[in-house]
Amino acid sequence: MTVQSHLVKEAAVERLSGGDMLIRALQDAGVDFIFGYPGGAALHIYDAIFKQQRVQHILVRHEQAATHMADGYARATGRPGVALVTSGPGATNAITGIATAFMDSIPMIVISGQVSNELIGTDSFQETDMVGISRPVVKHSFMIKDASEIPGVVKKAFYIATTGRPGPVVIDVPKDTTDPAVLFDYVYPETVKMRSYSPATRGHSGQIRKAVELLLTAKRPVIYAGGGVIQGEACEVLTELTRYLEFPITNTLMGLGCYPATDPLFLGMLGMHGTYEANMAMHHSDVILAVGARFDDRVTNDPSKFCPNARIVHIDVDPATISKIIPAEVPIVGPAQPVLEDMLAALRERIGADPDLLDRSAHQHWREQIAGWRRQHGLDHNLMERAVPGASIKPQAVVQCLYQVTGGEAFVTSDVGQHQMFAAQYYHFDAPRRWINSGGLGTMGFGLPSAMGVKFAYPDAVVACVTGEGSIQMNIQELSTCAQYALPVKVINLNNQSLGMVKQWQDMQYGGRHSSSTYQDSLPDFVRLVESYGHVGIRITDAEDLEAAMREVFSDKLRDRLVFLDVCVDPDEHVYPMAIKGGSMCDMFLSRTEQS
Amino acid sequence: MRRIISVLLENEAGALSRVVGLFAQRNYNIETLTVAPTEDLTLSRLTLTTAGDDRKIEQITKHLNKLIEVIKVVDLTEGEHIERELMLVKVKAVGAQRAEVKRTADIFRAQVVDVTGSAYTVQVTGTSGKLDAFIRAIGELSILEVVRSGVSGLSRGEKVVSL
Repeated sequence: MTVQSHLVKEAAVERLSGGDMLIRALQDAGVDFIFGYPGGAALHIYDAIFKQQRVQHILVRHEQAATHMADGYARATGRPGVALVTSGPGATNAITGIATAFMDSIPMIVISGQVSNELIGTDSFQETDMVGISRPVVKHSFMIKDASEIPGVVKKAFYIATTGRPGPVVIDVPKDTTDPAVLFDYVYPETVKMRSYSPATRGHSGQIRKAVELLLTAKRPVIYAGGGVIQGEACEVLTELTRYLEFPITNTLMGLGCYPATDPLFLGMLGMHGTYEANMAMHHSDVILAVGARFDDRVTNDPSKFCPNARIVHIDVDPATISKIIPAEVPIVGPAQPVLEDMLAALRERIGADPDLLDRSAHQHWREQIAGWRRQHGLDHNLMERAVPGASIKPQAVVQCLYQVTGGEAFVTSDVGQHQMFAAQYYHFDAPRRWINSGGLGTMGFGLPSAMGVKFAYPDAVVACVTGEGSIQMNIQELSTCAQYALPVKVINLNNQSLGMVKQWQDMQYGGRHSSSTYQDSLPDFVRLVESYGHVGIRITDAEDLEAAMREVFSDKLRDRLVFLDVCVDPDEHVYPMAIKGGSMCDMFLSRTEQS
Repeated sequence: MRRIISVLLENEAGALSRVVGLFAQRNYNIETLTVAPTEDLTLSRLTLTTAGDDRKIEQITKHLNKLIEVIKVVDLTEGEHIERELMLVKVKAVGAQRAEVKRTADIFRAQVVDVTGSAYTVQVTGTSGKLDAFIRAIGELSILEVVRSGVSGLSRGEKVVSL
């Protein structure tokens, strides 16, 4: 090394405090937004944020919302979301959002302030064992012992959060490690290598060949695709493969959008509130190609009765997901995209050489059988047109109206309950990352903050939060954050004046005893409430007004305003189909009185 | 069925709590657990015994493998293996009992490692079954205190669990 180059190298090394290194490392990791809330243990970090411009900090009103915003940002962009909270209550408030991301395998970095090292373990003010309390709901966590570790830990955290099966990573940062008075050489590592962590990057070629042979035997095939296809950026190749084989395809709640919903091969969502045709097709199939799905209990119903004649190919990047609930005949561990690419190439080679390998006539017959099921008990997508003036508004019609008015192009977030299922059933997602909801954990309060995260990521996109009067009140304080950052998300509140899904179960399983699922007269006037935050509120009660109101919400005039559409919907509506507990996938209630 | 699962993991703060947390979280049972650094001080070797059918054990090993700090997981009971446990037993030893305890210890190739006027402390090593048999032979009534190390084990032959 020459003297000169040695000098150049030395000059390039900056001396930064722990707090500055943390923010600098986030910049180097490509972070543009941090969603957070300050507090004592995080103040050195907040001062580091103040001194720079590259990363924008968004001040939320509750830490749970910060994590959901980071989560919504991550789901919409595919890039990890970042949340920053203080120690103690800041950290514990973040737990629900971390668990939400964990259950749906969403890449997220949560930085929590911690009391100084010398205070840890003394029950000091705002001290909580964040690494311990978050352990069951993180992919991994780090506690900074020494400030010099910060750049390396940040690099590792992003690597772990975004590779393999993605998930949230917590970095717990004791206050003394961010001390502005103590400086370190800052070097952000270019690469990261961990001897104990090496997620699969390809599928096993022998297993893929076996899968291809099994797919070629199918007479009644179904593709069952989940959120892993979206997380694994495999939607394009999955669509290509599906169309090449002309196999019917169903998506899980988390997978909606990974295959174009308006395509004729698409059967809609499957599972507890899946379409009749999707569940019937699954139950009667002889071969299932499961991709990035995890045979969740909300899909399988009773696992012992699950799809009795189906031979299963299961592709997942997480080996622990394969054969966890339902044994797979051909397991393939690997990321969906390269596995499907290899599979499609192998299929093309086999079928190209001998087109008769696919039983096209059996498949044709099978698709006709499925079309018959759809005609028999499929969802009615024309409820809106059929609405009569003066009648109560059907919640399903609201989603249909939203779909029409937004041309199917909106990002739709939801909370949890009946409105979530109606949105999943009636909004047709033709592209991935447009449907954003808490599938695994089922977190009420997710919808508004996650919509905000999407809007920060894509300021020009149309972002609608379909919610209910129950869920929205779990993070309604974020209307204030929306005002501070002039964030024009649109909130469609399906207001049935009750906890609809709870009430539905009570109607069906508890003799109609509505235990704690109604609020008497305690609901706020949502229009006046949102107006007090400076937003626009619209309330409708008549089916006749639905379309005009929806058009106004998305009108150019209100383009830059948060609009809250409070729709008083039929309070007695249930979500159907609904799986009959303890049955197989084809055992469904189709209405209050009909069973499959 | 009883299984011995051997885990090589990073010798880092918090790694053990992740392993133990996993078992609690997923409703798996740990019967014995032993952990210590290896000859390479950056690594720990953890051995635990648990029970379950093949499917459950497969899930356990897969979930252990998912932990970021875990490097290797082996089910020793899948093949030929050696297992050892160490036990210290404090036994009442007065009068005729003194000779009887010593005789029993000899039969089990155990050693008396501490002696007082009224008690012997006996060190027994072997499989868990042998340790159980020693306790039965001594008789619970004369036992004052027992401490067991939990099972450690290695595969027979040349197979090794290493980086």
